Amino acid sequence: MNAQLEILSCGPAVTVQDLGRPGFLAQGLTRGGAADVLALYEGAALLGQSPNFAALEMVGMGGSFRANVDIRIALTGALMATTLDDVPIAWNASHLLPAGSILKIGGASSGTYGYLHIGGGIETPVMMGARATHLNASLGAALQACEILPIGQDHSKTIGMTLVSDDRFGGGRIRIIASMQTDQFDVATRERFVSTSFIRDARGNRMGVRMQHDGDPFMAVDQLSILSDVIVPGDIQIAGDGAPFVLMSECQTTGGYPRIGTVLPSDMARVAQAPAGASITFEFVDLPQARTIEQRAALARKALGSAITPLLRDPHDIRDLLSYQLISGAISATHDPSIEED
Amino acid sequence: MAEYPRIRQVGLSGLLVQFGEGMTEPANRAAIAFRAAIDAQHWTEVSETSTSLVSTFVVADLVNMPSEALCEKLQELLTSQDWSNAPLPSGRTLWEIPTLYGTDAAPQLEEAALAAGVSPEQAITELSTARVRVLTLGFAPGQPYTGELPPHWDIPRQQALTRSVPSGALVVAIRQLIIFTNASPTGWRHVGQTAFRTFRPTSSIPIALSPGDELCFPSVTAKEYEHIQQSDLSGDGGAQRSVLT
Repeated sequence: MNAQLEILSCGPAVTVQDLGRPGFLAQGLTRGGAADVLALYEGAALLGQSPNFAALEMVGMGGSFRANVDIRIALTGALMATTLDDVPIAWNASHLLPAGSILKIGGASSGTYGYLHIGGGIETPVMMGARATHLNASLGAALQACEILPIGQDHSKTIGMTLVSDDRFGGGRIRIIASMQTDQFDVATRERFVSTSFIRDARGNRMGVRMQHDGDPFMAVDQLSILSDVIVPGDIQIAGDGAPFVLMSECQTTGGYPRIGTVLPSDMARVAQAPAGASITFEFVDLPQARTIEQRAALARKALGSAITPLLRDPHDIRDLLSYQLISGAISATHDPSIEED
Repeated sequence: MAEYPRIRQVGLSGLLVQFGEGMTEPANRAAIAFRAAIDAQHWTEVSETSTSLVSTFVVADLVNMPSEALCEKLQELLTSQDWSNAPLPSGRTLWEIPTLYGTDAAPQLEEAALAAGVSPEQAITELSTARVRVLTLGFAPGQPYTGELPPHWDIPRQQALTRSVPSGALVVAIRQLIIFTNASPTGWRHVGQTAFRTFRPTSSIPIALSPGDELCFPSVTAKEYEHIQQSDLSGDGGAQRSVLT
């Protein structure tokens, strides 16, 4: 029987996401993909599979789900209260979802984007090289109750693993590098920018997140004369109202507003996860520092597979105990699931 | 005044070669020709290239590779010829897209003609015989910004946005024509309607147009347009295509 996940109910912004679809910039389509890419790597580590597998991204709230066969799941990203047949289960952990059981994922209590990963991955049709829904491009759509998602073949049985969560869910310090228009903001404006404490605005989505602040608007020296040119996710665009707008994975490919800097890729998850009202500050780092930070972040992602530990819990809670390996025999410390082929 | 062409670093995402400060035909030509030249080099460190109006974007992993070496290679290629006079790459497509001008389907033809200082009939004659180039694609997947029309078509965008033009709308401003990908509010004036779909997510070629392609918008009657809508379900909207050599 083909494994399937049924959506019994779900929040308004649950989508299938993966690492996105490169290759279409020239034709006006940005890469898209998960808002919190690190969460995809965490899910992959917990399930011992490739981070290229598609998962469900849940903005603010999850939903109720049921599978037709026993499947493995992992929960990462924004903390969401979750039950399995009304019994609470741990976040940042992998679990068995027995056939017919009801998985209920509630609202986010910390952070914005929660992820439900499935052993074998979600296997909705590949569209233009990826499964990621790109809402802004009308490529795919938010999921709705009664939809049934195909699941890929799972090659592992390990469950009951957990990862220590980091602190990326409450805003904080965001590291940025100069963009090609940073020098169009005068020194005083740049200094005010990095000394301002911003509040993550309620206006934010997969295209961009607005930052609000008290005080004068931020303006480039020649705000209106900039010709539309390439933009990339992470660019901090100053729109007409003088408020910074951090462009996210579904941003457009070009834009005519000046950009004061670009968020480092590994800090994008912190921007995405900051809930409305969270405090955000920006700090410039130079290019060599940025490269070092990103190289370390890549190493940390690769090491996730060896950072997982068994979830401590009462064995009586675990159904069908004998058929599951509680401590991973399938994952070695040297094995890197991120370089596995699909 | 900055000197062009110039190379700028785009964060850790790649390098951008800019050929001018404002939109001009030679700068756009240079960006498209230079992109084709880079693609022909098959440099392994370049994962993707694109163009915007007057620049070429070269995507490369600048986390694991310092930008200097790539910058030097780009500089060398830049100085190998005058890109603003370079021939456009061959193999581009000429699209002739049947267009219904004016009527209720495109209600701002007369207003646009007035702004351009010509009669509505003259506007249709000019727009339906103009041959424009895809300057860049953006705003929505596959949505072309094409140009340039003669100087009297340098008409401003409207102050107040049109609430919504439909998918396939042909709109005009600042010497450029756009075919809208999706129904969208816009400040550009809606002068024609096409059945051309710029983005076809389920098709084997989801995005029909590429930068550098050339477009014509021959005029058809309401009856002919209706026939096209019913008979051509490919998304091409009755368009004829030919390869430019």
